[in-house]
Amino acid sequence: MHPDREAYLVNRNVLSRRVLAGVALAALALAGCSNNAENDAAGGGKLSGEVKVDGSSTVAPLSEAAATFYGESQSGVNVSVGTSGTGGGFEKFCKGETDISDASRPIKDGEKKACEAAGIKYKELIVANDALTVVVSKENSWADCLTVDQLKKIWEPSSKVSNWNQVDPKFPNEPLKLFGPGTDSGTFDYFTDEINGEEGASRTDYTASENDNVVVQGVSGTKGGLGYFGFTYFEENADKLKALKIDGGAGCVEPSLKTAQENTYKPLSRPLFIYVSDAAVKKPQVSDFVTFYIERIDDIVKEAKYVPLTEPQKGTLKSEFDALKAAV
Amino acid sequence: MSAPTITTTRPEHSAPGSALTQRRSRPGELAFRLAMQACLLIAFGVLTALLAWVLVKGWNRLDSRLWTEMPTGLVSRLDTAGVQSALVGTLWIISLVAVICLPIGIFSAIYLEEYADSNRWYNRLLELNIQNLAGVPSIIFGILGLGIIARTLGLGFTVITAAIVLSLLVLPVVIIATREAIRAVPQSIRQASYALGATKWQTVSRQVLPSAVPGIATGSILALSRAIGEAAPLIVLGAVTFITFNPDGLDSRYTALPIQIYTFITRSQAEYAELAAGAIVLLLAIVLAMNSIAIFVRNRFEKRW
Repeated sequence: MHPDREAYLVNRNVLSRRVLAGVALAALALAGCSNNAENDAAGGGKLSGEVKVDGSSTVAPLSEAAATFYGESQSGVNVSVGTSGTGGGFEKFCKGETDISDASRPIKDGEKKACEAAGIKYKELIVANDALTVVVSKENSWADCLTVDQLKKIWEPSSKVSNWNQVDPKFPNEPLKLFGPGTDSGTFDYFTDEINGEEGASRTDYTASENDNVVVQGVSGTKGGLGYFGFTYFEENADKLKALKIDGGAGCVEPSLKTAQENTYKPLSRPLFIYVSDAAVKKPQVSDFVTFYIERIDDIVKEAKYVPLTEPQKGTLKSEFDALKAAV
Repeated sequence: MSAPTITTTRPEHSAPGSALTQRRSRPGELAFRLAMQACLLIAFGVLTALLAWVLVKGWNRLDSRLWTEMPTGLVSRLDTAGVQSALVGTLWIISLVAVICLPIGIFSAIYLEEYADSNRWYNRLLELNIQNLAGVPSIIFGILGLGIIARTLGLGFTVITAAIVLSLLVLPVVIIATREAIRAVPQSIRQASYALGATKWQTVSRQVLPSAVPGIATGSILALSRAIGEAAPLIVLGAVTFITFNPDGLDSRYTALPIQIYTFITRSQAEYAELAAGAIVLLLAIVLAMNSIAIFVRNRFEKRW
């Protein structure tokens, strides 16, 4: 044999042995992990099969966190999460193509009919509360509450508002500096939808950053600053900023855990849902996954940075799902 | 083509004024040359800038974590996450596309080039349609796949559905490239083969095809490279965006690198952007490797007549 060829073959053998060793190690490591996880799992047998989740990209972080936590105890169950959007998720759900549908709004009549036509029965479960907070600087002594119309005047795409006295003549002559999330965030979609009436419609001449810290720094350091982000993030920075009350037509309401959970902080708070179908609950792995989702809901909501459920909400969640399980 | 005909048909006009036109065209020539170089610079500059940007952005993630780790749903654990499921999904899809698309594409091209009578209206219609299909936007193929393959045929949102749709998408490219390669084989080779008593099939399989291999291989690999980067049809075809297991069969759910990159980028956390940049480099590396194979095959097996 030609020496080069021989050397090549030897090298290749070494290489393939290394690869094999690597694969074997990886397999061992994986086996080790799943063994540990099995021991950690709180009773229950080993399940297998698939759980198909699809729908809102706002709710996806919750379902993904649930799937990751769940994978630690039930590594045999394959949970997949799609982000077709709330509507796209319901379309698949009502064709029986998915087990669980993530939704950032309740199911619409048209979608209900599609589900009925296909004989899909389901249960709506509230898994978290979403709330946004409009913040100003601590030095801002004039503004305490803004109406939705005033917010729209500030943020609508054609807005030229650049001074607080343009928002309300009673406000002082102070330049208005705007901060907010970038267009990629769910916060931006939600805010523009509720305030400007169209998802994604916003003025663009503001300091946009995906990093909420930039908004915190900007607003807290600018006397006439104004910005918005998720409520949990405001809580972490409540010492640096002042949250505005919002008047959605029924008087000024202060953003708080309580008002967000009670859904009275309108329109900037909303419940987030998952929909589970009857047929899916009959599958042991789906039933087990949803049970796990509900048991660990606090950890899951914390991970996804949403407003946690109240005790009564948790009670409803559990009893609703128990009723669904009992019905099938 | 048109330039030489003008000079040959009207030599008497161009000859006397040629010295003048030459002198006059010199600044024009220089400008044209500079313009071409500027175009090249723009194309190359943009590419370099993009590459540099993803490399810088994804630098911290360019290690084995990328392909040994699964994605995670927990932002706090993103530094130990990777894109293994998307990488394996992409490899599954692309292998299946090769298996489905290449035989069909190559045999169709052989038929059209060697057997079909191009004077027949139905063959001309066929050709016209293939040319048109090559220009259809990929999202249309996705919608077609959703309606017919995923739903009517009931194959669902699986690896095989994705592979079939992507095969249909790149099939015209394979057919056109293969036809070009076959056409480039000189007619004299075929005539020599017939003269020695070879049948049609013997001529095609032993003379024409071996000579056309470089062209066919290059076209096929470039077509596969196109399929690997497609995200639009896969979004319609229900590729999921979070999955922590690899496909284990044709009926498995899946995700692919372009889909995974797209989802990571829409997330607001900086860690996701970094991971996306890492995945982009991985995808680029795969495409680059495939294109290098195409260039290698072409240079290695190319015949000059």
